[in-house]
Amino acid sequence: MSLFLIAALPFLGAVFPALLIRAGRNAAASAAGLTTLLAFIGLMLHIPAVFRGETVYAAVDWLPALGVNAHFFLDGLGFLFAAMILGIGLLIILYARYYLSREDPMGQFYSYLLLFQGAMVGIVLSDNILLLLVFWELTSLSSFLLIGYWKHLPEGRQGARMALTVTGSGGLAMIAGMLMLGHIAGSYDLSVILQNKEAIQSSDLYLPALILILLGAFTKSAQFPFHFWLPHAMAAPTPVSAYLHSATMVKAGLFLMARLWPVLAGTPEWFYIVATTGLVTMLVGAVIALFKDDLKALLAFSTVSHLGLITMLLGFGTKIAAVAAVFHIINHATFKAALFMTAGIVDHEAGTRDIKRLGGLRHLMPVTFTIGMVAALSMAGIPPLNGFLSKEMMLEETAHTIWNGSHLIVPALATVAALFSAAYSFRFIAHVFLGRKRDDYPGHPHDPNTGMWIGPAFLVVLVVLIGLASAKIAGPMVATAAGAVTGGGELPYYSLKLWHGLTPALYMSVAATIGGLALLALHAPLQRIWNAMPRPEAKTIFDALIGAFTRLSQFVTEGLHNGVLTRYAAIMVAFTVAVGYFAYRGGALGTETRQLQEPGMLPVVGWFALVVATLFIVAKHRNRLLALVLIGVVGLVVSMAFNYLSAPDLALTQISVEVVTIILMLLALNFMPKETPVETPALARLRDGAISVVAGLGAGGLIYALLMRDFAFPTISDFHLANSYKGGGGTNVVNVILVDFRGYDTFGEIIVLGIAAMVIFALTEAVLASKVRAYLLNRKPDLPQAGDSHPLMMVVATRVMMPLALMVAAYIFFRGHNLPGGGFIAGLVAAIAIIMQYMASGFAWATERQRYPYHAIIGSGVLIAAATGMGAWFNGMPFLTSDFGYIHWPPLEEFEWATAALFDLGVFLAVVGAVLLALESLSRFAWQPGMSTEHAMDINPARDEAVKTGTEG
Amino acid sequence: MELLVASAVGILTAAGVYLILRRRSFPVILGLSLLTYAVNVFLFATGRLATGAPPILNKYEEVAYTDPLPQALVLTAIVISFGMTAVVVMIALGAYLSSLDDRTAMPAEPDGAGDDA
Repeated sequence: MSLFLIAALPFLGAVFPALLIRAGRNAAASAAGLTTLLAFIGLMLHIPAVFRGETVYAAVDWLPALGVNAHFFLDGLGFLFAAMILGIGLLIILYARYYLSREDPMGQFYSYLLLFQGAMVGIVLSDNILLLLVFWELTSLSSFLLIGYWKHLPEGRQGARMALTVTGSGGLAMIAGMLMLGHIAGSYDLSVILQNKEAIQSSDLYLPALILILLGAFTKSAQFPFHFWLPHAMAAPTPVSAYLHSATMVKAGLFLMARLWPVLAGTPEWFYIVATTGLVTMLVGAVIALFKDDLKALLAFSTVSHLGLITMLLGFGTKIAAVAAVFHIINHATFKAALFMTAGIVDHEAGTRDIKRLGGLRHLMPVTFTIGMVAALSMAGIPPLNGFLSKEMMLEETAHTIWNGSHLIVPALATVAALFSAAYSFRFIAHVFLGRKRDDYPGHPHDPNTGMWIGPAFLVVLVVLIGLASAKIAGPMVATAAGAVTGGGELPYYSLKLWHGLTPALYMSVAATIGGLALLALHAPLQRIWNAMPRPEAKTIFDALIGAFTRLSQFVTEGLHNGVLTRYAAIMVAFTVAVGYFAYRGGALGTETRQLQEPGMLPVVGWFALVVATLFIVAKHRNRLLALVLIGVVGLVVSMAFNYLSAPDLALTQISVEVVTIILMLLALNFMPKETPVETPALARLRDGAISVVAGLGAGGLIYALLMRDFAFPTISDFHLANSYKGGGGTNVVNVILVDFRGYDTFGEIIVLGIAAMVIFALTEAVLASKVRAYLLNRKPDLPQAGDSHPLMMVVATRVMMPLALMVAAYIFFRGHNLPGGGFIAGLVAAIAIIMQYMASGFAWATERQRYPYHAIIGSGVLIAAATGMGAWFNGMPFLTSDFGYIHWPPLEEFEWATAALFDLGVFLAVVGAVLLALESLSRFAWQPGMSTEHAMDINPARDEAVKTGTEG
Repeated sequence: MELLVASAVGILTAAGVYLILRRRSFPVILGLSLLTYAVNVFLFATGRLATGAPPILNKYEEVAYTDPLPQALVLTAIVISFGMTAVVVMIALGAYLSSLDDRTAMPAEPDGAGDDA
């Protein structure tokens, strides 16, 4: 099966449980199980190749220029992890089916689980490290969902948040580290990076890259001092803990260290950072685990300890230590997942997982007891189980390790950790299952049904078999995976067997086991001492840190962003002016190359009107209606200026936009106060005035300097002028630019316009659904109302004008390609024609006669534009390439057609829809119940006549 | 001519900024409109000023044309600025109707508001 399919299957399968949950919990579980099984079988098909030492590749280039490619590969290490992820995944899916209760949303659970599974498989199969990073972040996110699965529990939410914060920040550091690594190696493909050991280790960036990558690996694999999130993540349902927090996700960090082992390991930096962290983690985790009363907390800290053990082995940097690490990864996954599931069964059946309230369960739960005991003995490192084998190998390695000149420190500390490890494993057995039967269990402990214990039982069988016949069962897997970790070449001699003779490791093991039993015997007094000791509580420290960060960001945010718009605007304007001034002082102004043009009489008059109107607006802006009228004057002068300065298209657009804008503002003003009160002191107004005068001088000075000089670089407009007719088939260059040369921009623009209209519509809906509706219905108009709101003359005139106005719009539309006009202007004109009906005949009357919803008009406009653009594909051309030609139908003159006109039709519809939707939304505020939709006019002689004669229908 | 356009841009900018610095939403909207005119004319003028030379190709004789590119840019800017004004007007109206207050500054938050409990 292709590696793509193996990685994709869990993601595809994640859809089914959420959908199938309506068909029952069995259907959801089966869907999840079957997808996983399929992926597992697909993986197993690669066994022959992988065990021959080959690497399977699957590659699709996505963005080769950026080095982002979907490259997957499968070697021994990837195979081992993928098999663990999918294999244990199957057992967990089965277990969870019986573990989760009827109230839990099971479909959701399996969907999250499969998402997580897919992300994990993606990590271990990725060849491209950027792809790997994406999957890495996906595991953080999906584990957040899984840890917080019981949303009603505060511990679950807090634990999920903590896990996401810690692993997420580690992931960010790792992104930086990986980018550095890719930069040094010159490629983002692991298969290339792994060949560049010398280049990477001699680079100046080696240490920063190493530290950043290790931050990612350590946070994910819960290494000291980042270990604290793992115990808190135990608030998750037990299947999640068994899956994520023993077998898979926490191993992702180990996987990464193993993956990059060939290029990163072997230096003193690697040894001291990785081995030391691992040693400390192993010790700290083991000690804390002994004193935890919560079964899952005990297992969580023991996991921390074992992860530390594997990290330490990888940190040693020798090939034989890497073999031991791989072997322990397998062993730990088997016994720890079994232990978690056992703890889950105890919790499920006995109603508590507090060790102090348990004991004597062996009489009541013999099957669970057997499973739990074998797994725990393996964890303690008792022969002939698999835990013993890898622990021996670990101790043997520590005996040969020199740390800062000392032969003793590493083996001594490792023995102490092993001792505590044996002690908590014995405690797990003794305090839960042994002892006298109690009569105060919260539940009624009994063995669960087969579905729940078959998974852990299977793992325990593996524990025993690997222990008894390790070379036969685990040997080839360990050899292939270790070969992949160490990057090919001969592996040193090792043998996976129980009896190695009287080695130092055996003495250390014996000491650890005896010491562990002694600690168990002394547990009660030790626990009292431990409880009395002051200990730093990780959660308190974490919460304090997060609290400090929150306060800091609040302080910064509120300092800058205090909700006073005036202040933001003032800062922004002042800053812009300052930057402009800085740029002006920093550069040299060229000499003037253009002459002042002599203005005629007309421009001077227009300028005068504009300046007077603007000054009046500033002076009289408190009278809002007057200010609006004056704004209209400014708009009129601007559009005349456009016309005068050779921009007829702009003039047409400006004047039609002017009309709709003023109508829009009048509609709003209807509901707002008509006067602005005097609020600011004279001094503040003076300051604002100073800021605005400086801004005005800046803008005016800049454009004046620009106007007096020629272009600094050759303009691209000449290309447009030269090709407008030849290439675009139109003589109106502005229109051809809009619908052809820069068609993509226009396409984006009509979408923006449509979105703006939708926003207005949505806001109206939201506002009218609130208490505002009642206020509007009871509102008394604050100005005297017209006696006749829909005057006869206006109604008649607008109806007569409607077809004329629409014809003008059509005319402007069609001539747009060659003469001033086009879709934008035609759209505005058509919109105004329809608005006139609203104004003259009333909102209710016009709405009643509206045939198509404006949303649909906007949508069809965008779709037509898009379809026209896509039409070019069928011609083998890129999106939005236009085509045109000439048609001659005998009696008519020859005329031109262009696909650009169809695109312009899309623009037209989008503009009409957007303008009308905006104005219609605002008009809805004025709607009152009882508005007539039958008769527009209040006074209508024809109707009075009809009532008299009874002819009206 | 250049002086007229440049000074008009300057005056429109100054008036627009002054109104934007007012404390009520309606003057701010008026200021935005004035600033829109200023910016549009500014962008248009970057193509330099010419009279009687519209960029409509003449098939029959060689004539001068003004720069069409800023015109196309400004044409879309005018339409988009309508969309922007409409959204801002709607927000201002909705805010006023919901609180019967058209001040642009946020009222001071009471203690503890916005805390994640």
